[in-house]
Amino acid sequence: MTPLVAVVGNPNAGKSALFNALTGARQKVGNYPGVTVERKSGRLALADGRPAELVDLPGTYSLDPVSPDEAVTRDVLFGRQAGERLPSALLVVVDASNLDNHLRFTLQLIALGLPVVIALNMIDMAERDGLIVDPQALSRELGVPVIPTVAVRKRGVEELRDALGLLVGISGATPIRGGSPPEHDITVLQRRARQIAVAATRQESFTRRWTHVADNVALHPIFGPILLATILFVMFQAVFAWSEAPIGWIEQLFVRMQDAINAGLPPGFLRSLLSDGIVAGVGSVLVFLPQILILFFFILVLEASGYMVRAAFMMDRLMAGVGLSGRAFIPLLSSFACAIPGIMATRTIDDPKDRLTTILIAPLMTCSARLPVYAVIIAAFIPPREIAPGIGLQGLVLFGLYVVGVVGAMVAALVFRRTIARGANGGFMMELPKYQMPNWRDIAIGLSQRAWIFLRRAGTIIMGATVLLWALLSFPQAPQGVSQVRYSVAGRIADSLAVVLRPIGFNHEMSLAIIPAMAAREVAVSSLATVYSIEGGDDVQTERSLVGRLQGRWSLPTALAFLMWFVFAPQCLSTIAVIRRETNGWRWPLFALGYLFGLAYVAAGLTFWAATALGL
Amino acid sequence: MRLDELPLRRAATIADIDWAVLTPGEARRLREFGFDAGVPIEAMHVGPFGRDPIACRVGRMTIALRRAMASAIRVDTAA
Repeated sequence: MTPLVAVVGNPNAGKSALFNALTGARQKVGNYPGVTVERKSGRLALADGRPAELVDLPGTYSLDPVSPDEAVTRDVLFGRQAGERLPSALLVVVDASNLDNHLRFTLQLIALGLPVVIALNMIDMAERDGLIVDPQALSRELGVPVIPTVAVRKRGVEELRDALGLLVGISGATPIRGGSPPEHDITVLQRRARQIAVAATRQESFTRRWTHVADNVALHPIFGPILLATILFVMFQAVFAWSEAPIGWIEQLFVRMQDAINAGLPPGFLRSLLSDGIVAGVGSVLVFLPQILILFFFILVLEASGYMVRAAFMMDRLMAGVGLSGRAFIPLLSSFACAIPGIMATRTIDDPKDRLTTILIAPLMTCSARLPVYAVIIAAFIPPREIAPGIGLQGLVLFGLYVVGVVGAMVAALVFRRTIARGANGGFMMELPKYQMPNWRDIAIGLSQRAWIFLRRAGTIIMGATVLLWALLSFPQAPQGVSQVRYSVAGRIADSLAVVLRPIGFNHEMSLAIIPAMAAREVAVSSLATVYSIEGGDDVQTERSLVGRLQGRWSLPTALAFLMWFVFAPQCLSTIAVIRRETNGWRWPLFALGYLFGLAYVAAGLTFWAATALGL
Repeated sequence: MRLDELPLRRAATIADIDWAVLTPGEARRLREFGFDAGVPIEAMHVGPFGRDPIACRVGRMTIALRRAMASAIRVDTAA
């Protein structure tokens, strides 16, 4: 078996950047069994040509975990983590400009008794901050090899490979001396770490000028919130503005594919399956890849630059108003891209009740999968007129849907913190790391991993759901003069569902579309496309023609009710599955399903009746 | 003086910490962040709403914590 090298260190030590520099883009992202902690690993060729597996463990401040992420790190290091072998060596990453703190954890790690090599990372930034650290002196003090590195410039990477080659496999995996480090008192270790840091530092005129100047603006009581609001505004604006052209290309591509299928195949079963089912369905979802990537791009850049933590800092007091902490801001903001990484990001919240509340409200953040639904309905029913210079009605409605989701989430949090997740307010304590220029290679790796996850979803869940719906809609074959959609299996299922949904203004086709959309929200669009395509009986159809078809058939109150339904309805199997994994049971995912469907039904009904009463 | 009363940008050192009023988890995190008697501390920024939380420099790190917790930390300002 190839030897395993674990990359460990404090958060903000530049661990992931060093991991990327050592392994390149060939990484495997998986999960540890039973927990949703991501396991990122990659191959590393040691200096003598032997292969080793490098695994990037979640950053932590000590071996006493406060979150599930940190528990994985401890369990791997103790050889207790299911699905992971004991590492043959540790690569400990420390920030050269934060030695006192990072060396304390390093001392704990060295005491484990595994072979250790230390990457003295971001040495260039330490020097820029007026700090000169002597790696040899540090190595003498600690008794292990120390390699100065600059992960983002790949400096020190070859030397690390050499050092690891010497450590790995000489003695195999060294047994651990005892379960826990000999010195357990954090304060005692911290004092020793401080002494070592002083001994290894040759010159000190420490200032972190750049970060201080930036924070004077970013955390300014007035300009800070304005800057945050501006960044969020630009982010959501960019999701639409930058994606227009690439969406057009993808649409073109799928129209061409349909044309090719229609030209090359005789009319009938196979042509209908390929053209109406697969290409129409999957294509209508894939067009949203650009928007999802743009959103993730912003979130990754904000995280990598160190700004995201500042946003959490500024929002903490407001979040405390509904019983949450600033830490909940990051998972909730990520949930605007997708609730799944958002819910996974709640692992950094130490307070269990804060965390549960955040998990339960995360699905209310308007995720990118709702965009296809919103975009189609808004394009069909809201006129594109300007109500003020630069402010279009369509954009305003879209913004309103986001606001309804956020307000709903805040109210839900307030209620939960007084009922099911009652308890003392958890605290808020966070390190504000120094600002950093994001490394574009690391961002690109992160983005490509997200894109791949989305494409895999489109190729499996979404394609499966559309093909199934196509089959349910196409059989049994209706006799002449009878509507195929009504006569089909799906039509009959929708008929019984319509009894419940008619009072809130939903028509037969909508009842049909929301069944397969349980798999994922965007399926509602592909389902409507398939339903109307089969009903219409013609083969040429694109997003734009779906808009045209909807206009003739839905009333405005019905369309508005459909929008409100999707603000709340938990139509995403993956989200439910993630809630189940993160809360270890069926109790909370079932609760989330119940409360979100209840809210969706009431909100859609109120919207329908209010709009009807207003004569819209 | 307590940390939540310390004016911004005034150099100080931690005099003592009332560990008893903190939960065990909070106390451990504070220690992990290097809070300890004798360590230099300086309040750098406050949150825009209700001047909460407080971001302070402790050693070489900047740590944000809520006022409620800061009130458990006694500081001495340099003369």
